[in-house]
Amino acid sequence: MKNVVEIDFNRCKECGYCIRFCPKGVLSKGEKVNKKGYYPPVVGDGCIACGTCARVCPDTAITVYKED
Amino acid sequence: MRKYVYKRPEVFTDAITTYCGGCGHGIVNKLMAELIDEMGLQENGILVWPIGCSCLSDRYYDMDAYMALHGRAPAAATGIKRADPSKCVIVYQGDGDLVSEGMAEIMHAGIRGEKFTVIFINNAIYGMTGAQMAPTTLLGQTATTAPAPLGRIVDNSGYPVKMAEILAELPGVIYSERVTVNSPQRIIACKKALKKAIQLQLDGKGMSFVEVLSPCPTGWKMAPTKALDWIDDEMTKVYPLGVIKDASKEAE
Repeated sequence: MKNVVEIDFNRCKECGYCIRFCPKGVLSKGEKVNKKGYYPPVVGDGCIACGTCARVCPDTAITVYKED
Repeated sequence: MRKYVYKRPEVFTDAITTYCGGCGHGIVNKLMAELIDEMGLQENGILVWPIGCSCLSDRYYDMDAYMALHGRAPAAATGIKRADPSKCVIVYQGDGDLVSEGMAEIMHAGIRGEKFTVIFINNAIYGMTGAQMAPTTLLGQTATTAPAPLGRIVDNSGYPVKMAEILAELPGVIYSERVTVNSPQRIIACKKALKKAIQLQLDGKGMSFVEVLSPCPTGWKMAPTKALDWIDDEMTKVYPLGVIKDASKEAE
């Protein structure tokens, strides 16, 4: 079972809510710029698929799923 | 096989919102979309949008919507709901729209006890027009029309308006609650309040009103995560959270 956080790269507006509320500190500031000029976060290891990042994202840019 | 923990609500179109990064409108729009999916309102619901940052929101939802003029959303919703009471009518308004431009409309809709749901986004500022002072701006808060160092002062512009308390006084309003969206727990609580408000409408009991304290990082000139703290530090002191009125049991 693998936990996946998928970020819609061009939908993100870099508010940082997901980074702030991730209980495991999986997300961190990104370095690649998207179409609108924002820097979407990058996903690291250790995700427990709680879905908090997706629930706080104002732009519904995050999808969380578990994959077999 | 994929097991989704969180997936974009199906009622949403592919449009990217015009909100700024970290805007509370986006969170509340998303909660509404989740509830529309869960409660099966896509066919049976009509959304009434206001003037303000959320005036382009009809394009985010694949369902019926009406865009009312400045502050007139409750008046338009009255017509829609009376013409077809079987529809679930959800009115969405910001603070400039509901409190300042449309004070008369919301008050009289409450006085008449119209049976729809009003979602009121209170971010204590006029967001779209460029951070001018709204009737809900806190005392001492700076805005482009209430500049530093004084900010809003009583002698010039009076006191912040507490809509959830004012509407709770009206017999026609059966449910009034104030929530916020500045943490994951409170987002869940906000969704619960919205669900209850919509359910009361479906049960045909009277007007239900939910005020959401919402961050406006651009208008407040703060980083988005700092705006979340500002709601805790300043806004909730003036606008206390909680259920202000729940007459749904007596209305039976």
